[in-house]
Amino acid sequence: MKENYYSTEQLLMFYRKMVLIREFEERVKFLFLEGTMPGTIHQYQGQEACAVGVCSALKKGDIITTTHRPHGHCIAMGMDIKSMMAELFGKVTGCCRGKGGSMHMGDIEKGVVPGIAIVGGGIPIATGIGFGFKMKNMPNVAVCFMGDGATNEGTFHESLNMASVWNLPVIYVVENNLYGASTHVSLVMKVEKISERASAYRIPGITIDGNDVIKVYETAMEAVEKARSGGGPTLIELLTYRITGHSRRDPAAYQPPEEKKKALENEPIKKFTSFLLSRGVSKEIIESIREEVKIEIEEAVKYAMESEYPLPEDTLNDLFA
Amino acid sequence: MARLTIAEALREAIREEMRRDENVYCIGEDIGIPGGWGGAFTVTLGLEKEFPDRIINTPISEAGFFGVALGSSLIGLRPIIDVQYGDFLFCAMDQIANQIAKLRYMSGGKVKIPIVIRAPVGVTGRGAQHSQMMEPFFHCLPGIKIVVPATAYDAKGLLKTAVRDDNPVLIFEHKLLYGAKGVRSESGSIDASSEIPEEEYTIPFGKAVVRKQGKDITIIATLLMMYRAYEAAQILEEQGISVEVIDPRSLVPFDWETVKKSIAKTGRVVIVEESPRRGGIGAEIAATIAEEMLDFLIAPVRRIAAPDTPAPFSPVMEKFYVPSTERIVQTVKEIINISS
Ligand SMILES: Cc1ncc(C[n+]2csc(CCOP(=O)(O)OP(=O)(O)O)c2C)c(N)n1
Ligand SMILES: [Mg+2]
Repeated sequence: MKENYYSTEQLLMFYRKMVLIREFEERVKFLFLEGTMPGTIHQYQGQEACAVGVCSALKKGDIITTTHRPHGHCIAMGMDIKSMMAELFGKVTGCCRGKGGSMHMGDIEKGVVPGIAIVGGGIPIATGIGFGFKMKNMPNVAVCFMGDGATNEGTFHESLNMASVWNLPVIYVVENNLYGASTHVSLVMKVEKISERASAYRIPGITIDGNDVIKVYETAMEAVEKARSGGGPTLIELLTYRITGHSRRDPAAYQPPEEKKKALENEPIKKFTSFLLSRGVSKEIIESIREEVKIEIEEAVKYAMESEYPLPEDTLNDLFA
Repeated sequence: MARLTIAEALREAIREEMRRDENVYCIGEDIGIPGGWGGAFTVTLGLEKEFPDRIINTPISEAGFFGVALGSSLIGLRPIIDVQYGDFLFCAMDQIANQIAKLRYMSGGKVKIPIVIRAPVGVTGRGAQHSQMMEPFFHCLPGIKIVVPATAYDAKGLLKTAVRDDNPVLIFEHKLLYGAKGVRSESGSIDASSEIPEEEYTIPFGKAVVRKQGKDITIIATLLMMYRAYEAAQILEEQGISVEVIDPRSLVPFDWETVKKSIAKTGRVVIVEESPRRGGIGAEIAATIAEEMLDFLIAPVRRIAAPDTPAPFSPVMEKFYVPSTERIVQTVKEIINISS
């Protein structure tokens, strides 16, 4: 880690974004369980370093695709949490005007294609965005977020092959949290590292600790620079863990207690907090950021609650351009 | 007799069929993981304990495992495929539409495809990609039977028939009717449980049930819409309008006899469906009625359906989208008014 190169300001920016995601998700979970929030949710607690590390390596004009678990990616791309919270409540001020909900969250103006809740569905789309960038000679990259489970879909293999053959500026980011829903990766694939799969398409594949935000950032930076300068696609596998249920009220009883315990010790925010302290950042500063973030989230909740619902007839809008 | 939910009744049907015939097996994502949910809506919960080798948890590879099921059926196995949401059938569409539905016909009747596909449907607070009513996409596809059980009694009997059928059968199960419990329960659910007899039974395809007798108007509806139609019928009854409610239970084959008999009596008909109006099941039923029963009609055939859009997320819009009991009551009154 080239940690000495980072200013305290930049490090605190990483911290702030990760905490914003964590606190957002915890608040959403509460609102959902309490019955205030409708729908279903797939949450991102434990994987914050992945979104923040990767998205911090992007520039304006770059585009990501996200999944059924999009909240973290949206926040890391700088989406307005007010519009996200409003979307979760189905309000007209939401980022998708209440049409999308949790699973389809996104904002193309912020470089986020609306969340694609069909597992593997986003992989060819990100590939096509990269294809478009190349065809139009644009200096941008596409990032495709996916889970371990998605790499078993045919779309993964078809997409990687095309990206390789056409040398596209796409970064495939596989967040390996060990489970696809309740199914452990070891039950559904024999490769030890998912990044090995990239080699079948002659794409560089890297596996790193996805809970180390700086490591993720640096690895993403390198892949992004390479793609931007015509060097083609990269697959980055981020080893991480989901420290919440798969969806809704899932108690995740399929995760062994020992494994969960270890994961909690290794979760990205705790890990990064120790690092910040070791760098001489004071506890007070760290705490004050968390407090600021909580206030920001309460404002978003208030905004969302006070916002209007769409009109019932709004159902009929937005179908065709 | 025991009172079972649809999820429990389906589980019992699967258990009994797996005990009866060792060629029967289940295949799908997360269907038998200890500590998991037994599929998205608990139908296969715990079955892996009794049948460790015949509850097959797959990778997330729909095109792949639908094809695997098909291949295995060609050599005598009888797969029950579980897809977590009906919407994901699209991921396996080549295997379903080009292969499963056509292989027997292409072989000149020489191969058998004894496959059951179970798929949850229903507009339930999840947005456009986890809400679709999939029936219309398959109704137009020759070579697949389609079953739509609205009660636990029907679910059990129809699933058992499906497993024993030598042809592909698609079962659409409604998320709000499962009665799934605990962490997998659904808000807005309706009680669709039934008393299930101790003794074994099956229910033949192509036999509708008249859920309520009436003489002024016929309503045809399946799954959740059947319950709304029934509720509307009760409200209308109090206002002096006598409604007959027909639940077809299977769409392919379809029980025209029961439907025609009813229309011959009432002269008025409404079809209620949760999917978009254009190209829906109602269009097919209405067209056939227009072709074959015009002389009996004393009012135009009406359809009550969702609008021609994807399902929206916001509860306000979702409520507008799914046909409500009030809409059914209102429409029936309009029809009665213009024709009496
Ligand atoms: C095509 C398709 N199949 C199944 C599902 C149901 N489903 C939703 S999330 C999920 C697990 C995805 O696992 P992974 O890709 O590892 O992502 P994670 O949930 O761990 O973030 C499944 C099976 C789906 N949404 N789409
Ligand atoms: Mg995963």
